[in-house]
Amino acid sequence: MIDSSLKQLAAALAAKQISSTELAALFLDRIEALNPRLNAFITVDRERTLAEARQADARLAAGETGALLGVPVAHKDIFCADGWRTTCGSKMLGNFVAPYDATVIAKFKAAGTVSLGKTNMDEFAMGSSNETSFFGAVKNPWSDAAVPGGSSGGSAAAVAARLAPAATGTDTGGSIRQPASLCGISGLKPTYGVCSRYGMIAFASSLDQAGPMAPSAEDCALLLNAMAGFDERDSTSLPREPEDYSRDLDQPLAGLRIGLPKEFFAAGLSAEVAQAVEAAIAEYQKLGAQTVEVSLPNMGLSVPVYYVLAPAEASSNLSRFDGVRYGHRASDYKDLLDMYEKSRAEGFGAEVKRRIMIGTYVLSHGYYDAYYLQAQKIRRLIAADFAAAFKQCDVILGPTAPTPAFNFGEKAADPVAMYLSDIYTIAVNLAGLPGMSIPCGFSGNGRPIGLQLIGDLFAEAKLLNVAHQYQLVTDWHRRLPPLGEASGARR
Amino acid sequence: MALSPQDILHIARLARIRVTEAEAETARGQLNSIFGLIEQMQAVDTKGVEPMSHALDVAQRLREDRVTEPDRRDKFQAVAPAVENGLYLVPKVIE
Repeated sequence: MIDSSLKQLAAALAAKQISSTELAALFLDRIEALNPRLNAFITVDRERTLAEARQADARLAAGETGALLGVPVAHKDIFCADGWRTTCGSKMLGNFVAPYDATVIAKFKAAGTVSLGKTNMDEFAMGSSNETSFFGAVKNPWSDAAVPGGSSGGSAAAVAARLAPAATGTDTGGSIRQPASLCGISGLKPTYGVCSRYGMIAFASSLDQAGPMAPSAEDCALLLNAMAGFDERDSTSLPREPEDYSRDLDQPLAGLRIGLPKEFFAAGLSAEVAQAVEAAIAEYQKLGAQTVEVSLPNMGLSVPVYYVLAPAEASSNLSRFDGVRYGHRASDYKDLLDMYEKSRAEGFGAEVKRRIMIGTYVLSHGYYDAYYLQAQKIRRLIAADFAAAFKQCDVILGPTAPTPAFNFGEKAADPVAMYLSDIYTIAVNLAGLPGMSIPCGFSGNGRPIGLQLIGDLFAEAKLLNVAHQYQLVTDWHRRLPPLGEASGARR
Repeated sequence: MALSPQDILHIARLARIRVTEAEAETARGQLNSIFGLIEQMQAVDTKGVEPMSHALDVAQRLREDRVTEPDRRDKFQAVAPAVENGLYLVPKVIE
């Protein structure tokens, strides 16, 4: 049962083979057994979860049907969920109990899913390894020595270890795709504006986007159906007709034009990742797709551009944490300024402070044109590169991350090395495009490798189709990490 | 460009984050290496390029100016560090 697809779980629930309460209890037991080792969850609340499951059972008993009714899902701790502690991985919000639901949470509730708890993450979603979480790093289920990626590392690890059938994530520069790649699951970052940002704690508002994380593309399609949609409460939410993102899953790929950006296969890509991606390309050719070389000449600038724009927006967004209305307040201060400075010094971790300081500097008097404005102009060039590439192809394919999961401590002391691990994902956020990571192999030491698929604006259904067809002829996404039995005992 | 210790203290002050001298020194090294990466941007000719402030070129949506939210003051203030009679408490700002 723990390895069933969402479609299978919903069918079992509808057929009364299992109740939502029994299903939730099964996963809660698994979390209890394995979370002490993986640290994938920050908050688990058995009673609250079971209460939600009983409500789902009542809806099922009343004859209601739904693609996700009664299915348990874990939520990244960046989403405010009424009554749940919502920390964003920070000491700043260590005791914050959200007083309302994020729109994404409300939509999942309406669809009848049951929350299994709040998953661990890099502090305020700033990180690529989960090492910046105030609550300690998540372990990669494939190796205790390996990082799970970040920032949605808890969601990725929870799904990979099947502590949850699926989870939510958010992606500002790769935070869904990179951990999905490192943990061997599927994850989709939709087009900017498809999922509401209301109640999703803000990092960089022009880039932040919520999306689904699950074993398969088919699962992701069902989750996106529940998550997406216009929201009056998010000023950048897009008023669009609702879509069925699973509508094209079964379309054959004959004639599909796959663009291979030469910049994705240049220096810096590990040989093992290159080999796995090449093998995936061969698989797609067998499915009838054609490949065409494309170029994204400004892609190399995406990391510098991102580390101006994202910190600038973050420094503004995180100014709300002042110790007045919510969050940590220092216990001892002499005046208002002292209270702000001490509360923020105590409440934020080193990476968050670093980014706030970068953002404060690039927005400060005399530097705006050289940094922020120049970054916005190059952002336009990067977006134009993608637009030109999509004249030649239907989807763009490449690696998600330059290497398989690295070890704890390997990059923690060198922010620049850490930032470059998002070299293939960041440009997609800058251009606002949908991107997906799906498993496509393993390194020699047994760590997953992810394949990235990038679509044109609003091409989520196409991406899911391309991913699903690959998953019909491969089984990388069905492999389970060697965790031993559910007792949590080490192998 | 290289940030001086004074620059770091000035930035920290603007950001309302108290830093010790040791923290400022660590931050200086790290910020300088990050700006080393960022400086790559300066070599790019962007003359005539329209800045892209947002992922999608859509106009800001407006709505009617009417009350849409209920009063949830008690619930929202339950998570505040210090409140009294519905007001947030802060240190005295006017002598």
